[in-house]
Amino acid sequence: MSMLSIFNVSGSAASAQSQRLNVVASNLANADTVAGPDGQAYKARQVTFQTQLVGELANDATAAGVRVSNVSEDQTPGRRVHDPKHPSADADGYVTYSNVNAVEEMVNMISASRSYQNNIEVMNTAKNLLLKTLQMGQSG
Amino acid sequence: MLNRLTDTLDFQARALDLRSERQRLIASNIANADTPGYVARDMNFAQALRAATGSLPAASALAVSSAGHIGGGSGGVASRSTADLTYATAAQTNLDRNTVDMDRERASFADNSVKYEATLRFINGNVRTVLSAITGQ
Repeated sequence: MSMLSIFNVSGSAASAQSQRLNVVASNLANADTVAGPDGQAYKARQVTFQTQLVGELANDATAAGVRVSNVSEDQTPGRRVHDPKHPSADADGYVTYSNVNAVEEMVNMISASRSYQNNIEVMNTAKNLLLKTLQMGQSG
Repeated sequence: MLNRLTDTLDFQARALDLRSERQRLIASNIANADTPGYVARDMNFAQALRAATGSLPAASALAVSSAGHIGGGSGGVASRSTADLTYATAAQTNLDRNTVDMDRERASFADNSVKYEATLRFINGNVRTVLSAITGQ
């Protein structure tokens, strides 16, 4: 039953997209954090997707799932705001905030949730087809 | 004699197998819509079906008594190499070299599921025909 591996393919994609959504949530939650105890502000994280073959046959390119190959930190310097009264201000009176770009993260969030929905719909269709296949040959 | 009853069934079974394989292929494309560098693939269904059913005797042909003719499907789907899959070119170029066109994939997916269901109905109709021929009512 080659259709059964659709669940592996779409399931892996849904899991990868949900991890991406998780990273977006953590970035957005930390959008306004200032430098922590180590003097480093939160750095935005991004996931990288990679194709992963999940078919029952080795090197079967027709069943290509997705996995998150790594989570990387954005190394651009964080936003610096002049606020000498802030408890985390440095010697010059500047506070370093995280380098999260909220607009970028919102775009990422919408893209991830749409891809997630797409994969769920693929699984639903495959499930319906498989159920109908199970009834093959039965009169009625 | 019996193979006359089941030859059509055999053809439809292979078509169903190919349909399910194409469904999986499109699901892979949709799953990898955000993977950098992924190249979407598709199959030429008519060509694949011709390759898979080329060894089937025509329904009107005489039965051949030589061994290996019946069910000797060398063009079976499982043995098909992935070499005859084609690569899709991007309708709109992407910065990460991903060539999945979601509109096209969704359309192909819907198209393929309807045709899969159609093939299922053909099989069901065929089974009913054979059954009524056997029961003779």
